[in-house]
Amino acid sequence: MNKLIVSPSPHDENYTKTSTIMLNVIIALMPALAVGCYVFGLRALLLAAVCTASCVIFEYVCRRLMKRDNTISDLSAAVTGIILAMNLPVTLPLWMAVIGSFVAIVIVKQLFGGIGQNFANPAITARIVLMVSFPTAMTNWAVPFYYKDGIDAVTGPTPLVSGDASYLDLFLGKVGGCLGETCALALLIGGLYLAARKIISLAAPVSFIGSLALLSFIGGDDPLYAVLSGGVFLGAFFMATDYATTPITNKGKIIFGLGCGIITFVIRHFGSYPEGVSFSILLMNVLTPYIEQLTRNKVFGAKEAEE
Amino acid sequence: MKKLNGIKLNHRKNTENSATVEFPLPPRVKIPMSMNMGAPCQPTVKVGDEVKVGQKIGDTDVPFSVPVHSGVSGKVTAISDYQTAGGAVCKAVEIETDGLQTISEEVMPPVITDKESFLKAVRESGSCGLGGAGFPTHIKLNPKGKIDTLVINAAECEPYITADYREMVENADDIICGIRLIMKQLDIGRCKLAIEANKPEAIKNFTEMTQKDSTIDIVTLPSSYPQGAEKVIIYNTTGRIVMEGQLPADTGVIVLNVSTCAFIYRYTCDGMPLVTRRLTVDGNAVGEPKNVHAIIGTPFREILEFCKTDMDSIVKLIGGGPMMGMSIPDMDMPVVKTSNALLAVKTYDERKTSSCIRCGRCVRVCPMGLMPADIDRAYRIRNIDELKELKVMLCMNCGSCTYVCPANRKLAETNQLAKALIPRK
Repeated sequence: MNKLIVSPSPHDENYTKTSTIMLNVIIALMPALAVGCYVFGLRALLLAAVCTASCVIFEYVCRRLMKRDNTISDLSAAVTGIILAMNLPVTLPLWMAVIGSFVAIVIVKQLFGGIGQNFANPAITARIVLMVSFPTAMTNWAVPFYYKDGIDAVTGPTPLVSGDASYLDLFLGKVGGCLGETCALALLIGGLYLAARKIISLAAPVSFIGSLALLSFIGGDDPLYAVLSGGVFLGAFFMATDYATTPITNKGKIIFGLGCGIITFVIRHFGSYPEGVSFSILLMNVLTPYIEQLTRNKVFGAKEAEE
Repeated sequence: MKKLNGIKLNHRKNTENSATVEFPLPPRVKIPMSMNMGAPCQPTVKVGDEVKVGQKIGDTDVPFSVPVHSGVSGKVTAISDYQTAGGAVCKAVEIETDGLQTISEEVMPPVITDKESFLKAVRESGSCGLGGAGFPTHIKLNPKGKIDTLVINAAECEPYITADYREMVENADDIICGIRLIMKQLDIGRCKLAIEANKPEAIKNFTEMTQKDSTIDIVTLPSSYPQGAEKVIIYNTTGRIVMEGQLPADTGVIVLNVSTCAFIYRYTCDGMPLVTRRLTVDGNAVGEPKNVHAIIGTPFREILEFCKTDMDSIVKLIGGGPMMGMSIPDMDMPVVKTSNALLAVKTYDERKTSSCIRCGRCVRVCPMGLMPADIDRAYRIRNIDELKELKVMLCMNCGSCTYVCPANRKLAETNQLAKALIPRK
């Protein structure tokens, strides 16, 4: 006689797993990474490979040392690695990238309990740590297509500093900057793909980009230039939509995006840093638990608490 | 009007076009004394007694209960201890059938003169909600407040199950007569017959049948799970919200399953109590999925064999639908009043549970607007105040959250466990 499995309902599931979601994020990152490799040469690919491999290795070692289930197969470490690489200038020494991976995976993610438990976005935090630790290397922007002349990287200012790139070059990514953040078109394609697969909601990206454009317009800056330059699209579609570090409800996501837009504008317009996307997302990550408290769903048929 | 969340399921209504097949008389039946919500009955027969079809074999004085009748004629061979799929313990009457199916002299159409005699007849019929929950019908039909709307639940929103659909196809007249009977006896002015959009034939048929009757509306529900949940169906048919702590009747509504409605009408015609039922037999271990009309007490094993099931391949047996049905631990357990489906599956992939990634899918699908991910977290640290604030008591265990969870967290189960932590007032 066969032994029947007895378990509570439901007895069926849809087969979207954590790894399915992460794989889709990786797919969505590919257009921007491909453009990065095209614009900045194969070193971009090398940097991405180093970041991804080191993130996965750090995650593996960390979980082993902590005697916990290994989670590298959920692909979240690989996603962190790719996003981290996309936040780095192509000329960054590889060992610095490995330090970035260490910060992202070990300090930000695993020390707080691993996937879903971290309060700050690993890649963003790693970028900030690297930016503060190695300011020169982290602002060494290669000129697009420098590799075609067969010379070592020629560096120049990013469009955020120079302010003279054409909209088309910004949209297509033919400008200086981090290797994955320059091509707004590719990031948009990736973001819309994730939205179409219902993996992300467009609430945060739209409110982020929208509020930044509006504030830039009010502040007398060129709104289109403001949203197309720097890391706005990468941040809005891939980091302001991170599950663990942003609010769950749509209302919360909108507030999160608004906060990112406001802080980015304030840093860019009034601050001494040319770019504020990373800081804005990190600061809003910190506020996320409070936003969550204030934006809980209204339960159907629930009575308000009786005093 | 705000739309409630829900999920799109693969309907897999494989049996919707197969006419109900009469299940042959089994050699023996085992009839539990507890088959529905409410107090279990005590057997009113002894070992060795001869019983006939329709004879009462169990009853109790507790008002929140329904009596049990025999669906066979034969001899009581044992009165045994029995544990239901839900875990309750009661007695079960085992009867060896004599093959004659002699009808008991107790079986005669009830005399109904007023509401009181109608409700008494409904109790004597042994009727409970046939949609799966098994709420005693005579209690449901006798609420305190004034009722203005009768909602007939014909959503049948769970995958696979077509038992109610076949009732609608095969006994449409009984359903309409049942609706009119209940409306008349309880003085209800309006009826909403609510059918999910995936049953266009039934919608068309009933719309034609009720064309001249302005008191019965046919409501097409969207094809999204769980349309058949009581609070959801009330909201989607009447726009009324059953508030926390309220019963449906507090909003002036009674919700009754469509097959229950038809049964009540038939009982008033012939007096034959609830001793048989239709159930959908399906699942990937079943060779010939079909709807069978079986005598209550028939062992599931025989029904599976009748449907050409590969018995050795079964790894899981589900009484009811895949979303809210209950695991059946033993193939020899019998068909009960609430068995609307029997699913036998040969593949069951028990995926490992991993950490919550806070994707928010559970929050987006919960029809009640609960936040299962937050409840899960509060439950793990036993934060009872937080659980109360998150309104976990309003979870109806539809299972949508568990269904969509990419980390395979058993969120619906956690909700039930969390409910148990909250002290009852």
